[in-house]
Amino acid sequence: MRRLTKLSAVAAVAALALAGCGGSDSKGGGGDKPAAGDDVCKTADGDGPKIGLAYDVGGRGDRSFNDSAYAGLEKAVGEFDATCIEGEATDGEAESAREDRLRNMAENGATAIVGVGFAYSESVNAVAPDFPEVNFAVIDGFDPDDQANENVAYLGFAEQEGSFLVGVAAAEKSKSGTIGFVGGVNNELIQKFEAGYTAGAKAAKPDIKVEVAYIQESDLKGFGDPAGGKAAAAGEFDKGADVVYHAAGGSGSGVFDAAVEAGEGNWAIGVDSDQYLTATAEQKPFILTSMLKRVDVATYDFAKSVDAGKPLTSFVTYDLKQDGVGYSTANKTAIDGLTTTIDDYKAKIIAGDIKVPTKP
Amino acid sequence: MNGRLKSVGLALLAPAIAIVLSILVTTLVIAAVGSSPGEFWSTMFEVPKPRLRVDIVNQTAMIYIAAVAAAIGFRMGLFNIGLEGQYTIASFSAATFAGAAYLGGFANVAASLVVAMVVGAAWAGIAGVLRATRGVSEVISTIMLNAIAVTLVGYFLNNYGVKEGNSVHTKNLPSGTTLGGWSPFEDRDGDIWALAIVAVLVGVGFWALLNKTRFGFDLRASGQSESAALASGINPKRMIVISMMLSGAVAGLIWMPALFGGARNYGTSFQVGLGFLGIAVALLGRNRPIGMLFGALLFAFLSVKSNDLTFGTDVSPSIVQITQGVAVLAVVVTYEVVRRWRTRLEQRAVSRELTATTGATA
Repeated sequence: MRRLTKLSAVAAVAALALAGCGGSDSKGGGGDKPAAGDDVCKTADGDGPKIGLAYDVGGRGDRSFNDSAYAGLEKAVGEFDATCIEGEATDGEAESAREDRLRNMAENGATAIVGVGFAYSESVNAVAPDFPEVNFAVIDGFDPDDQANENVAYLGFAEQEGSFLVGVAAAEKSKSGTIGFVGGVNNELIQKFEAGYTAGAKAAKPDIKVEVAYIQESDLKGFGDPAGGKAAAAGEFDKGADVVYHAAGGSGSGVFDAAVEAGEGNWAIGVDSDQYLTATAEQKPFILTSMLKRVDVATYDFAKSVDAGKPLTSFVTYDLKQDGVGYSTANKTAIDGLTTTIDDYKAKIIAGDIKVPTKP
Repeated sequence: MNGRLKSVGLALLAPAIAIVLSILVTTLVIAAVGSSPGEFWSTMFEVPKPRLRVDIVNQTAMIYIAAVAAAIGFRMGLFNIGLEGQYTIASFSAATFAGAAYLGGFANVAASLVVAMVVGAAWAGIAGVLRATRGVSEVISTIMLNAIAVTLVGYFLNNYGVKEGNSVHTKNLPSGTTLGGWSPFEDRDGDIWALAIVAVLVGVGFWALLNKTRFGFDLRASGQSESAALASGINPKRMIVISMMLSGAVAGLIWMPALFGGARNYGTSFQVGLGFLGIAVALLGRNRPIGMLFGALLFAFLSVKSNDLTFGTDVSPSIVQITQGVAVLAVVVTYEVVRRWRTRLEQRAVSRELTATTGATA
């Protein structure tokens, strides 16, 4: 009995500790996390609006989704003389913790509050009616009930269009005829990435093979699991893929590592922000491009609308036409020969000649 | 009487040392990463706002149910690390059942609770049967069952769930069957969920089961010595399956307060990780009903209050996981140390009395 207790104590502590590791890994490997001193919210002291930014799991420093929102915030703070507060979700937190975070921001004087990630949809819906004078936005969000909220904007993206473009890039770059996709969580949102990517690849090369893997079926920790991302991507490289696109938030760094290990001639494609700019020196040469989901544009836009006194409300979709999605050309040597082809497709999508599917 | 007081004092000594130790380690870690431990502790020990008090009660209830589920296994000598999977699949099943609205009003709630318990018991029962018939370690099988449960639920959700925006969830509960709760402060501060009462019932039931029933005696006997239990006519294989299923049935209830309190469906608001917290709290509370209550309260307090850290301090809320982990480890270690020290004290007392009596007769 006593031995069992000891064994289980060690296991329980390990479980807690590992959960903690998952958290810190998802922030981009600890040491590289932007220092608190870089935080614009610590230094901003203007008299413009006060912007609250509630991050999703992974938090600031994920070099992807959340960092993109931060970039928009930084720009808004500079331009509107604004101040800001930030809060970060922890893995496995209660719904009430998200609500509390939003209420805290509203009570601390924030007039524009952005929930970064659809997981804030429910909590914003619960909190917004209590603060009619505050404007809320949910990135990728939705209204979970029939009652429309007058002070909430749901900022969505046409991820399938951006993914289509990197799908074209992947197919054009691939020599083996097989490419891969790694999704963080198998949900409606991430399926949009997969659908666009596959459609783009098939448009460029009709006989291309696309390997698809999801890190988690429904558990959101798939967005903060670099080890899981690495395993999924390594499996696809093993199956002959030579370009792998990830839509897995903080797990993406594992996908990049897998590309590095697969060696020269293999590529990874980043997501959300331009991940070539934030990757480690070792990973950089392997990053072909990134699908840009301009969370920064949406965040900035929303702050701007509140600052101008005409806050955005209801559903807003950012697509290729308004540069809400796109692809990056930061890794010039890798992408150079492909841009004309990609831009052709881009023009066709904008003109409406190509309809990109949202379901795989 | 004096002896009794002493043993109570000794029993309290171990948790006290453990708490001091975890405070110390947390302080050191915060200082080591260059943040201010003072800021951290003053934020953590601030009296929580009304809505946080409500959250703490709700979280305590759920963690406590999880702890009791773990303790049932522990008392039997089984390590049910699969609480996580059991309550995931049970919560999903109960939410699906409740959302289908076969029954109305309170009957729907009661039936859903039964569904949760049955599904949780069945899922845990797989590990129990494997252990009893094939000798498969329940530690391994329940960890595997965790992964299977999460994947299975994801599969069902994606294929049969209600899609809404970018998320997918089970059908919302019919309006008549959300129970809400009791709001001790203003409305906007939230409700203490009606089904938080389940935690009290589970706690009392656990105590009564262990101390007042033949089954409880069999359970404790099997946990302490399987061979002795066998000799006294207890069928250990049957005990393994039954206690595993009982543990799973209680695990099935873990998330029910939240489902009928405010969540309305199984979806983005489902809270993961409660199963592992329950195991930690069971260890912290030494599998005793009252001990686990304090453990659950402590863990809930730390988790809920940690949200305040993002405002005003630059300490990451994840730091409380260190506090929690060290508390569990320290409790186990200090209990062992105190136990040995106590045994030595007793031995010395006995030998003193022995020499005294032999001296008198001589």
